[in-house]
Amino acid sequence: MGESVILSIKDLYKSFGGVVATNGLSLDVLEREVHAVIGPNGAGKTTLVSQVTGVVLPDAGQIVFRDRDITRMPAYRRPHLGMARSFQITSIIQDMTVLENVVLAVQAKAGHSYRFWEPAIADDQLTEPAMRALTQVGLEPEAMQIAGPLSHGEHRQLELAMVLATDPELVFLDEPTAGMGREDSARMVSMLESLKGSRTVILVEHDMDAVFALADRITVMVEGRAIATGTPDVIRADRSVREAYLGEDMNTAIE
Amino acid sequence: MKSLTVRGWVTLGVLVALALLPVFVSVTGREFFLVLATRLVILAIAAVSLNLILGYGRMISFGHAAYLGIGAYAVGIPAYYEIYNGFIQIGIAIGVSVAFAFLTGLVCLRTRGVNFIMITMAFSMMVFFAFVSIEEYGGDDGLVIEVRSEFGRWLNLENDTVLYYVCFVSLLGVLYLIRRIVHSRFGMVIQGARGNEGRMQSLGFDTFRYRLVCYVIAGALCGYAGALLGNFTSFISPEMMDWTRSGELIFMVVLGGTSSLFGPVLGAGLFILLEEILSGFWLYWQLIFGIFLILVVLFAKGGIDSWLGRNPER
Repeated sequence: MGESVILSIKDLYKSFGGVVATNGLSLDVLEREVHAVIGPNGAGKTTLVSQVTGVVLPDAGQIVFRDRDITRMPAYRRPHLGMARSFQITSIIQDMTVLENVVLAVQAKAGHSYRFWEPAIADDQLTEPAMRALTQVGLEPEAMQIAGPLSHGEHRQLELAMVLATDPELVFLDEPTAGMGREDSARMVSMLESLKGSRTVILVEHDMDAVFALADRITVMVEGRAIATGTPDVIRADRSVREAYLGEDMNTAIE
Repeated sequence: MKSLTVRGWVTLGVLVALALLPVFVSVTGREFFLVLATRLVILAIAAVSLNLILGYGRMISFGHAAYLGIGAYAVGIPAYYEIYNGFIQIGIAIGVSVAFAFLTGLVCLRTRGVNFIMITMAFSMMVFFAFVSIEEYGGDDGLVIEVRSEFGRWLNLENDTVLYYVCFVSLLGVLYLIRRIVHSRFGMVIQGARGNEGRMQSLGFDTFRYRLVCYVIAGALCGYAGALLGNFTSFISPEMMDWTRSGELIFMVVLGGTSSLFGPVLGAGLFILLEEILSGFWLYWQLIFGIFLILVVLFAKGGIDSWLGRNPER
């Protein structure tokens, strides 16, 4: 883990109608760390990810990624700076094959796609990295299947493969184990463990086992603000965190 | 040689039949079939071009006939000034179509769903009324093209069989072009944006611009079809770009099957044949046609193409 700040969020505000989703949030993410963001439902975790990835624009505040102010940059440009995102609710292209989904992710980083003649799926420069990513998540046997009908667990693996295929510096994983059974969930965690140290990961997760297994640092969000940031040990010991959120769940996780 | 699927046989059969049609006509002397087939082939080009945006990109344009009109007038207006050079005319047809598609696309493509349908229709009706109001070129009454496009000695379009083969070869060319586009990187982006636009943006694609380019390509191809249509009909009027004409093009695509390369050709073929047969029986043939289309939409979701088995290329 390096000590330089790769992503810096300052005084971020965002409200939807009357509902304040982000309320003066500040957060620094260090290079190559796994930074978990936890908090109760409605704490504004996904809204935070959406603002950093540009899907939602903040009302006020600043987002700096690698010394570059990206607060108002269009969403489609940000991946080219080296960030990628997986979605809480699986977001893939249902009517394409698994391989085509990942090929698109590779293609996004391989320069412009105003190429009208050569078939993409026969292009080694696209399919080789795509197959590597699929192998990494253990989904290469399903490469030629249409993505839509696959199982939930396989969809989550595909999500991850699409993120890895873009070879990002900074990865947002929005509840990668959402809706998974115990077994799939454990497999996903060990897959994520293999990422540790090679990339910066921002992990939004409800599963405390996963969080404490993976995170170098944890930020606790409540009502749109960060109430504490620190190593897992610090967070465990933090009284206000216990009171605000962790409670029972935390105690079982520690044991 | 690879064994052909049902789809392959149908495709091959239709293309061979179209290729040999003039032979049949010259043997039997039934000129009428040549006229019918020329119209069929030209509208098939228009339908195939519409399908690039409608089927592969899910941009349901209700104004695609505007390009048929633009292309036809790009032949008619120069001819009115005694400029018969086909290269100039087709150049104008494609150039103006590209410009029109680009400018309207900038606006249309910011909308989705019903709004997109309405706004594409509105733009096509603007062109319609523009030509209605220009008295010089016949306004409502249209314009007669007395001399077909000239391409020098070696290609004489005044010969109906030659014109037919130009249209037929054009259809083959457009089919091949779209086949390449659909499988290219560009085509992957267009189809990805059809499936999940938000995800495509989060991967880093500026989907608006890719869609705009796709919209312009479809417009240019249909403008070219319009230039052929102008040559074929010899009489052009704003009615060619009425919104009902755009609706007919959508009919053909839906009937044949969206997001299948050859489906719209089958759709155009069936449309023209049914129109010809039914209109001979009854003045209100469109009523039967409407019922038929509803049945196709209800019971054969992918159009005729879906009767030909699973499409490996979707």
